[in-house]
Amino acid sequence: MPDETLIPSALAQPRIKVPEQARAGELIVLKALLRHRMDSGHRIDDHGQAIPRLIINRFIVTFDNALLFSAIIEPSTAENPFFEFTARLMHSGTLRFVWIEDGGATTSIERTIVIT
Amino acid sequence: MPVKRLSRRRFAGLMVTAPALVRAPRTAFGAAPLRIVVIGGGAAGATTARLLAREGGDRLDITLVERDTRYTSCFQSNLYLGGYRPLSALTHDYQRLARTDGIDIVHAMATRIDRDRQAVHLADGRQLSYDRLVVSPGIDLVYDSVPGYSESAAELAPHAWQDAVQLQRLKSRLDALQNGENVVIVAPPNPYRCPPGPYERASMIARQFRRRGLTDSRVTIIDAKRSFSKQALFEAGWRRHYPDVIEWFPSDVHGGILSIDAAAGTVETDLDTFRGALLNVIPAQRAGTIAQQAALTDASGFCPIDPATMRSSVDSAISVLGDACVAGDMPKSAFAAHSQARVAAAALLRELLGRPIAPPRFGNICWSLIDDDDAIKVGGSYAPSGDRIESIGSFISQPSDASGTRASNYTESIAWYESITSDMFGNGA
Repeated sequence: MPDETLIPSALAQPRIKVPEQARAGELIVLKALLRHRMDSGHRIDDHGQAIPRLIINRFIVTFDNALLFSAIIEPSTAENPFFEFTARLMHSGTLRFVWIEDGGATTSIERTIVIT
Repeated sequence: MPVKRLSRRRFAGLMVTAPALVRAPRTAFGAAPLRIVVIGGGAAGATTARLLAREGGDRLDITLVERDTRYTSCFQSNLYLGGYRPLSALTHDYQRLARTDGIDIVHAMATRIDRDRQAVHLADGRQLSYDRLVVSPGIDLVYDSVPGYSESAAELAPHAWQDAVQLQRLKSRLDALQNGENVVIVAPPNPYRCPPGPYERASMIARQFRRRGLTDSRVTIIDAKRSFSKQALFEAGWRRHYPDVIEWFPSDVHGGILSIDAAAGTVETDLDTFRGALLNVIPAQRAGTIAQQAALTDASGFCPIDPATMRSSVDSAISVLGDACVAGDMPKSAFAAHSQARVAAAALLRELLGRPIAPPRFGNICWSLIDDDDAIKVGGSYAPSGDRIESIGSFISQPSDASGTRASNYTESIAWYESITSDMFGNGA
């Protein structure tokens, strides 16, 4: 994975929802939102120049370093990509959410969950 | 929006049957003047009172019941927040209106409508009996629609969605913000007064941030809805004028507002907890209290009406106008209220004085300012169809508008303001 640098956006703080605890095997809902303009490369600026493509192209969630969820994101995706998905976890551990931007910049956030 | 057309025959049917539903007035024509009481001196009520006074002459005796001696318009109040208009430009007294021949103004709170005896009870103990009543009390805020919000919390987290005190409170709090301090707006569920209002307000706050050099301050909107009026135009405008300053969270993303804490400045949602130095909480809305007490409302909290006459569906001696009524496809706006007033006044003049009437038509335009010389608008025409007011045509600003079009939209909105307030309060000195 590339070196992590903050995505250069004033509002690039990810927001995630992870339950603090759950029962083993219980269906839990995970949510993740990243503020990002998702410039498709097709938009024109005020001076008639094309705004270069700059999107989040990959979103990955790992649980104790094992792949839990992954998405390849294309230029037609709306700004501020939001993911909501479910999982069943059998033991306590750490969820890590990673967003990868064109050019390789990434931002990530971690949250531990207690499974009882 | 789907476009529906009414056949001529359908219209004729409405025009013939509507008056037949109405009880005959107690006083015969040619005898003592008929007593018309109007509750609420806003865009609907003041306009109706003046139209009836002008057309009714000696045959109508009109009393306008209005709690306040001065009116501060909610419409264009965002321009005050944005520094475009002083509060004085939005404030009107009722003196010119009081000098209109044929209108008595009673500055008192209407506390109860006795529908059986056709009388309005006032807070000072007086009673006004009526032959026909016009109810235009505006909205009531449903504070507890936002968990943790209340009338007292509104002193810390102003709604500024009605009354001048709230508006000034929000303005002074905005003016006191330091660089890096953020604003969180909680936007209401439909239906509510001024659908584009929360988003124009966010624009005006961002504009003030820029003007005051608050480059690190942000506006976050936590919405009870999944989409909003003129959304694509606002979002394009925010990207252009205020990049990364305004952040909007629809309900399906934040997952629902769990609670707000006005003192701590937090809004807790299912997704995350949002913090602001200033919270602007705009709760859900319903018809003004007196309309609820008089049982003129339905399950929606607003008052169903006959769309051809604006007469209450539950009491044919009462018309309900403006934000308090169920107006079908029409938004709750001053323009809409003013348009409904014209239809209601014409229907009353036909019923009471036998005046000719044109087929009822309604109109609306909502202008919103995003930045200097960049105002957008949405509007439509409407007509009765069955038991609803339905859209028969609409228009909306385009993303490709020339900048001159956006600038002239603003000029047009200011001209409209002068026009509607003249209709409400009179032109004379």
